[in-house]
Amino acid sequence: MEQNNMAMKVENLTFTYPGAAAVSLKSVTLPIERNKITALIGPSGCGKSTLLRCMNRIHDVYSGNKYEGKITLYTRSGEKQNVLELKKENELIALRQTVGMIFQKPTPFPMSIFDNVAYGLKLSGIKNKTELQGRVEKALKGAAIWEETKDRLNDSAMGLSGGQQQRLCIARAVALKPEVLLFDEPTSALDPISTGAIEELIAELKSEISVAIVTHNMQQASRLSDYTAFMYLGELIEFDKTETIFLNPANKMTEDYVTGRFG
Amino acid sequence: MNRLLLNKIILLLSITSAVIGIGFLFWILITLAYKGIDSIHVTTFTNDLVNGGIRNLLVGQFTMALLATLIAVPLGMMAGIYLREYSGGGKLARVLRNLNDVMMSAPSIVIGVFVYAFMVAPFNTYNGWAGSAALAIMMIPIIVSTTDNMLSLVPQELREAGIALGGSKHKIIIQIVLRSAKIGITTGVLLSFARIIGETAPLLFTSANNQFFTMDMNEQFPSLTVSIYNLATYPDEQSRELAWAASFILTVIVLAINLLGRYATRSKKGK
Repeated sequence: MEQNNMAMKVENLTFTYPGAAAVSLKSVTLPIERNKITALIGPSGCGKSTLLRCMNRIHDVYSGNKYEGKITLYTRSGEKQNVLELKKENELIALRQTVGMIFQKPTPFPMSIFDNVAYGLKLSGIKNKTELQGRVEKALKGAAIWEETKDRLNDSAMGLSGGQQQRLCIARAVALKPEVLLFDEPTSALDPISTGAIEELIAELKSEISVAIVTHNMQQASRLSDYTAFMYLGELIEFDKTETIFLNPANKMTEDYVTGRFG
Repeated sequence: MNRLLLNKIILLLSITSAVIGIGFLFWILITLAYKGIDSIHVTTFTNDLVNGGIRNLLVGQFTMALLATLIAVPLGMMAGIYLREYSGGGKLARVLRNLNDVMMSAPSIVIGVFVYAFMVAPFNTYNGWAGSAALAIMMIPIIVSTTDNMLSLVPQELREAGIALGGSKHKIIIQIVLRSAKIGITTGVLLSFARIIGETAPLLFTSANNQFFTMDMNEQFPSLTVSIYNLATYPDEQSRELAWAASFILTVIVLAINLLGRYATRSKKGK
């Protein structure tokens, strides 16, 4: 029954970058619960982003990566698949439509606001204009950016502010109705006000979507997440409810890190 | 005090060098304008070379350069896309990039000789196709290098973002990466066009020249630059005046295309 509330599960994952002598992830096991926010924290270079990028296989943009272990994706329809076994390009495309990703720097495409959101939908084969318009509007509303953009949907997305661009990117990902969204330090390039807006948005998203978020900001992790994983040097040191990690961690290293004594 | 003195000396030296460099440029421009403008009449543009004008030469030069662009841009862009997006930056890519750099600095007369051997000698006649081919060979390495460089400026995150939305590699390259690099590549194309429109050596014994108006690329083809070379060596005053006029017009054309290329980039950056 445990699997009913599970969105993804990483088991004994070991990952090596092409040409690297040492592994970057050492036998990591991490559950991503459905409709919960799981934060990944740890000092730079500990493998948080590497782990996140395994989960939608975005590493495969570059060849020569080595995965060992298992990442299971439990879809809402009750199927489960091992993400690491996918080989064909169309299987990977389907995976990325189910498991979306938001990057550190906002990445608007050089096209209009509307086309940015419609782009992923068009890729997934939706051609009907009315349906596209409906889905774009819904996604922009879902990402709390509709009010700001409804009068200039045909303007270039490059004219938006950094925070708006990041929300547009979230809208773009949400439009595909993913089951999981991976956030790779989504606010580290933004000012505090935009950061607040994004955090609010992520908190709202979890009613529909399971979220994994990498962050350097400890307050963000404690404010936002239900579960927190602390990583260090490619290993997952401790995983627990966020409250426990921050108030009563089992591991000395975790305690030192969350209290700011090292990192 | 010593450092201040040294500072002043170096400042003086660099200003002098700058003045000398720019001075020559203006000297050329002013001489061309002084000698050229006087020799330009309405008939310069309406008559063909045989009647003392350059109409057929302008049309011929542009025809060959445009055809060369039509050949070089798709080939060069595809090669640049391969180098940046598909080669993975391995050994082959390094060798190709180096070869391309060598090609870019190849003496244009050598390219002319090469094309002569393959497209002129076997047919026993100078022809416009050979001229276009020689210009295209000059242009391809410039386009390859521009495309390669402009694609390298597109942030990697943009490609990843496209892939993360469920795009396939070729779609992301065409619909997003090329689109981001569009302005830079267009500028590169314009600048390389400006570069080949003024070339003489590759045309000297490929297209050669034609006094009459023709659009038949199978025969000797009218060329503005080759005509300047010829006219300047003729003894009569009229021919030399026409050479000045043609030189001035060519310079204005090249300058205009260059400015257009630079302006296109700047207006985009300002946005």
